[in-house]
Amino acid sequence: MIEARDVSVAIAGKPIVTGVDFDARPGEVAAIVGPNGSGKTTFLRALSGELAYTGRVALNGRDMSAMRPVEAATQRAVLPQATTLSFPFTVREVVKLGLVGGRSGVLPGEDARLPERALARVDLEGFAGRFYQELSGGEQQRVQLARVLCQVWAPVLDGKPRYLFLDEPVSSLDIKHQLIIMNIARDFARRGGSVIAILHDLNLTAMYADRIHVMHRGRLAAAGAPQDVLSDELIEKVFDCRLRVGVLPAGNVPFVLPQSAA
Amino acid sequence: MVDHSIVAAAGTMAAATDGDRSRRARFVILLLCLGLVVAVLLSLTSGASDASPIGVISDWLFGAVPGDPALSARDRLIVYDIRLPRVILGVLIGAALAVSGAVMQGLFRNPLADPGLIGVSAGSSLGAVAVIVLGATVLAPLTLAFGTLALPLAAFCGGLATTLLLYQVATRQGRTSVATMLLAGIALAALAMALTGILIFMADDRQLRDLTFWQLGSLAGATWQKIGSVGPVIVLALAAMPFLARGLNALALGEATAGHLGIPVQRLKYTAIVGVSAAVGASVAVSGGIGFVGIVVPHLLRLLIGPDNRYLLPASALLGASLLLLADAVARTIVAPAELPIGIVTAVAGAPFFLWILLRKRGVIDL
Repeated sequence: MIEARDVSVAIAGKPIVTGVDFDARPGEVAAIVGPNGSGKTTFLRALSGELAYTGRVALNGRDMSAMRPVEAATQRAVLPQATTLSFPFTVREVVKLGLVGGRSGVLPGEDARLPERALARVDLEGFAGRFYQELSGGEQQRVQLARVLCQVWAPVLDGKPRYLFLDEPVSSLDIKHQLIIMNIARDFARRGGSVIAILHDLNLTAMYADRIHVMHRGRLAAAGAPQDVLSDELIEKVFDCRLRVGVLPAGNVPFVLPQSAA
Repeated sequence: MVDHSIVAAAGTMAAATDGDRSRRARFVILLLCLGLVVAVLLSLTSGASDASPIGVISDWLFGAVPGDPALSARDRLIVYDIRLPRVILGVLIGAALAVSGAVMQGLFRNPLADPGLIGVSAGSSLGAVAVIVLGATVLAPLTLAFGTLALPLAAFCGGLATTLLLYQVATRQGRTSVATMLLAGIALAALAMALTGILIFMADDRQLRDLTFWQLGSLAGATWQKIGSVGPVIVLALAAMPFLARGLNALALGEATAGHLGIPVQRLKYTAIVGVSAAVGASVAVSGGIGFVGIVVPHLLRLLIGPDNRYLLPASALLGASLLLLADAVARTIVAPAELPIGIVTAVAGAPFFLWILLRKRGVIDL
């Protein structure tokens, strides 16, 4: 599991994340929610070794800061919010980059077929020959997810769980693909891996997260199971918005929840 | 009889639709190898003395057969002591410039980065000129200690300092701003050229003649001794580049993501910078400023085989070498018996090509 204790990050002397405790357990999807600018992405970037932090982060019992890039790459894969490419790579070439440093965990001969399998998982079958730059934002995001999946294809490697760090994985996706991607995340966790996802859609979070971590002004405001965390008071305090949990709209205003998916 | 080129072409087209261009890339590299062999033979046999290609090959393979010498003694002298060093130098420098361009473009994540355009060559020139002018006085310890290596070494240091400075200025949190990079390159090149100007101002008549000869950019002064002093540097730098290919590919996704994929990004960046500075410095030291090879060659190849550096780097080396030999052949023959500086030939051909890239990319490259 990942254990983060008292993690603080300051950028240019300004504290962005302060004293966050965080656990990600194998078998679980851990969601991080919070308003814009609450430090979610900064915290995830510290966890992924991209930003300097104070405090302690242990990954499968080992100190994160002592890990070499290639060691970290075999344990976790990171999906950033958006990725721009400077050269005209094909979709297949981008997805294959997932295999550049880590270990996918499949048998040696199967690596060559992995890009196609990963693309099929994110509903991009037949896109391998297209140019990345020609795709829509949502399609590019799914290509990047396919690349990330290649890196840690097996959720468990050498008996140890592996991790997916997803920064707003569904923010630019239509509802069908939001469900597909969140199902991939849940499936990765159910097969023994662990997922940390920054999400904005509270309904989707309630549906898929095993644990929710709420961030507010750089601090952890609450953590726990969705039914314990998502309350009227917390949402008003953190999001500065008077909303009520579990209340249907008055009259005949239509509403569509992801939970109703067949 | 089956036409193999058609079969291969059909194969590459099928490969292109599934996004895998590696077969096409290998096929292109094979063609480029053949192209280089042809370019080398042409360069060896063209010129005032018309030694035949077959004569050169048989002479090289079997030596002179008594009674039936493949080459006359005069032709042997011309081919082995004048043309061969020039061809080898052309191959080394063409490969060094093209590969340096490709590596810099990968490093800066930008197809417009080129050692000549962003001041690296100007920095190398400054180092080289400093040794030519001050070699007997202020820099005497350097020339004493390193002998003929002092010039390439100084050129390397000049190029390295410029590249490091440029990288510091243009890159913030792993993102390189193209506008900052090009503008900082212009500023650094202007500064290096101004300092070079001061040195030239201080030079005496003999040094001025050396400088002018060197600055025009030419392969004309090729000797076995020059190859001995810069050849190993270039070969070493080129040999290190393939190890950067995978890392440079990952770097196309951004520094952070390359790190997440397990690439030691800092080490990659510094190896690339040192390698490029060494290759460019060595090239500038012997042949002066030869522009546009580093930007034209990788760009053409990316259109053909895609941006995968595992194929792009060797292909750039081959095409860069061939094109420089071609440019040198033009430089030698177009105003014969006089000789045009090769830098003029590459600029005349390369500058319009560069403009064409800009026009094609207008709106795509975000300054």
